Amino acid sequence: MSLRELSYAQAIREAHAQLLAKDERVVLLGQGLWSPWYAGSSLMDLEKEFGKDRVMDTPVSENATTGMAVGAAITGLRPIVFHPRMDFMLLAVDPIVNQAANWSYLFSGKISAPVVFRATINRGGEQGAQHSQALQAMFAHIPGLKVVMPACPADAKGLMIAAVEDPNPVLYIDDRWLYDIKEPVGESPVATPIGKARIVCSGEDLTIISSSHSAWLCEQAAEKLKKLGVSVEVIDLRSVRPIDENAIVASLRKTGRLLVVDGAWKACGISAEIAAIASESAFESLKAPVRRLTLPDAPAPTSRVLEKAYYFGVDDIVKAALGFHIPRSTTTPIQAQP
Amino acid sequence: MITEPTNHVDLKEMYRQMLRIRRYEERIGDLVETKQVSTPCHLYIGQEAIAVGACAALESRDTVWGGHRSHGHYLAKGGDALSMIAEIMGKAGGCSGARGGSMHLLAKGIGVLGTVPLVAATIPLAVGAGLTAKIRGSGEVAVSFFGDGATEEGHFHESVNLAALYKLPVIFLCENNFYASHMALHERRAADNIVKSAEVHGVPGVRVDGNDVEAVFHASNAAVALARSGGGPTLVEARTYRWRGHVGPDPNYDVGVKRRDELKDWIPKDPIARARRILVERGRNEAELDSIVSDVEAEVNQAIKAASAMPEPGVEGLLDHVYAEEGV
Repeated sequence: MSLRELSYAQAIREAHAQLLAKDERVVLLGQGLWSPWYAGSSLMDLEKEFGKDRVMDTPVSENATTGMAVGAAITGLRPIVFHPRMDFMLLAVDPIVNQAANWSYLFSGKISAPVVFRATINRGGEQGAQHSQALQAMFAHIPGLKVVMPACPADAKGLMIAAVEDPNPVLYIDDRWLYDIKEPVGESPVATPIGKARIVCSGEDLTIISSSHSAWLCEQAAEKLKKLGVSVEVIDLRSVRPIDENAIVASLRKTGRLLVVDGAWKACGISAEIAAIASESAFESLKAPVRRLTLPDAPAPTSRVLEKAYYFGVDDIVKAALGFHIPRSTTTPIQAQP
Repeated sequence: MITEPTNHVDLKEMYRQMLRIRRYEERIGDLVETKQVSTPCHLYIGQEAIAVGACAALESRDTVWGGHRSHGHYLAKGGDALSMIAEIMGKAGGCSGARGGSMHLLAKGIGVLGTVPLVAATIPLAVGAGLTAKIRGSGEVAVSFFGDGATEEGHFHESVNLAALYKLPVIFLCENNFYASHMALHERRAADNIVKSAEVHGVPGVRVDGNDVEAVFHASNAAVALARSGGGPTLVEARTYRWRGHVGPDPNYDVGVKRRDELKDWIPKDPIARARRILVERGRNEAELDSIVSDVEAEVNQAIKAASAMPEPGVEGLLDHVYAEEGV
C-alpha cells in the first residue's frame, strides 16, 4: 500500500470520494456541502466530481434532512448526513436516536438503517456555547448506535469507510482542530475496524485513554513526559461506542495507573465510563485512584481569555500525569533517547 | 394483497379490505378488553377507507410509512394478518419478532418497512424512500400516512419542502380525524386548513372525503401517477373521524368537546356501510356481500386462534439484534 501525506481534512475528502466512486448507493447530504465555510477542505468540490444529485447541499432542516437520510438508508442507499456544527445536530435527535438506532432491534434484525451521521466539533475562535459542543457521550449512551471519533488522518479516512460499510447507523465525529494535521495515509480505501482502540505509544507507568483531538494532545504530552522520566501508554479509543474494553484492561494490567483525557464535559461523560470500566474490570491492577482531565462542566465561553482557560492543552495533560507522583523508574531514561 | 388495480377501481375488493380491517380492529379491541393483549393498540375503526383507497392505487414495490395507528395501513398494503396479530399478542412469530407490538409493524417484502409511534417521525423517512427511488430511477413511490396532529410538527413542513424541492415521489396523506390524542383540532389550530400547507410549499394539495373509499382511491391514484412520472409530491388531506379513543377500544366520550354528538354525525358516514350501499345500488346482491362478511369473519377467527396458539419468545434472545449483522 502506498502512502502519501494527507491532512486530516484531505483524508476525510478522500474517503468520501472513494466511497462515492466505488459504491453507487453512497450519497452525501447536509448543510454546507457546496461551501468551504462549513466543511473546510474535507468535502471540497465533491459536487463537481460526483454531481449535485449525489452531493446535496440541503435546506436548513436538520430534522427532516437527517430523517430523509435514515429513510434512504432503510430503503437501500448508504447516505452520509453532514452536520457541520455538532450543536445543530441536536435538532435531528429524533431520527438518530428514536429511529435509526432502534430500527434493527425493533424489527428483530430483519431490517436496519445503515446511515452515517457526520458531526463536526468546531470549537474555538470565540464561537461560544452553540458552536463548540463535543456531545459524544449523549450519543454513546444509545444502544444501536455506533460512535467513532478519529484522532489522526489515517483513521479519519479508515473510520469513514468503516462507518459507511457498517450495516448499522454510525455517528462519525471529526474535529476542526485536527484538520491541518498531516501524516502518511494509505491510498486504497481500507476500513479501520470500529471498536478496536489504537495504541498511540506504549509505556509502562501510566495509561492515558483519550480520543479525537485530545488523543493528539496526549501523544505530545507523552513525549514530554518521557523526557521527564515517565513512561506513558496512550490509547486512542477511536470509537466511544463500542469501547474497546480489552485494550483498556490490558494496558491497566501493565501500568496500574489511569488518566482519562476527554475534550468534553466530565459529568456523565465518556471519562466516567472509562473510569467505571477500570473499576469493574481492572480494580486489582490499580495502584492509584483514576484521574480525569476534561473540560469544565460549563458551556464554552467566547472571549479568547476565557477560551484559553476553558480548553486544556498539552501542558495540562503533563501536569495531570505528574499528579500521580509516579516514582521514576530505574529503567526509564530521564532524557528521551533519539 | 392488492397489486395492480392502479387504473381502475374495484369497489367490491375495497369493501372486502375495509371490512377485514374493521373486523380485525374490533377483535383486537376485544382482546384488549379481555387482557389478552396489553400492548397499546390505537384502533383504525372509522378510517378504513383511507388506507384501503390509497393502497389500492399502489403496487407491491411501493412503500407505505405509518405511525401508532397503522394496523389498517399494514393490512391494506398486503401485510400478513396472522403475523400482525401474533405481534400484537407478543408472540415470537410476530412480524417484528415480539419487539414491536401494535405500534411497530414490519412487512418487508411488500413495502411496510417499519411503522413507529413517534408522531410525524416517519414523514421524513418516507421522503428518504422517495430519494432512494429518485436516485435509482426505480419508479417506486412512497406514501406517508400521518394524522392531523403530525402536521403540527416542524418536520412535517420540512419534509414537504424537501420533497417539493427535489421533486420526490412521495404522497403525504394526512388522515384528519379531528383529534390528536384527546385534543380536538380547533384546540390545536387556529384554522382548519391543513391542506393549505401544500400551497405554501408549492405542491398540489387536495382535500378529500376520507370516508369515501373511491374518492380516496382517485385522489391517491392521481397523486401516485404524478409522483411516478417525476412530477413530485402531493399533499392529500382525507377528512374522517376516529370512532374509538386515542388508544384502546373505548370511544372516549369523556374526551374532547362533544365526541358523543360528533359520533352520532359520523357513524352514518361509515365508509364500509357506504361502500356496501353503493355496491347494492350498482347491482351487487346482498348474498354476495354477505358471503364476503362471513369469509372475513372466518379469516379473522382463524388468525386469532392460530396466533393465540403460537409460542412466546424465549428470553435468551433478549439482547439479539441491538446491532444489525452484515447482509440485512
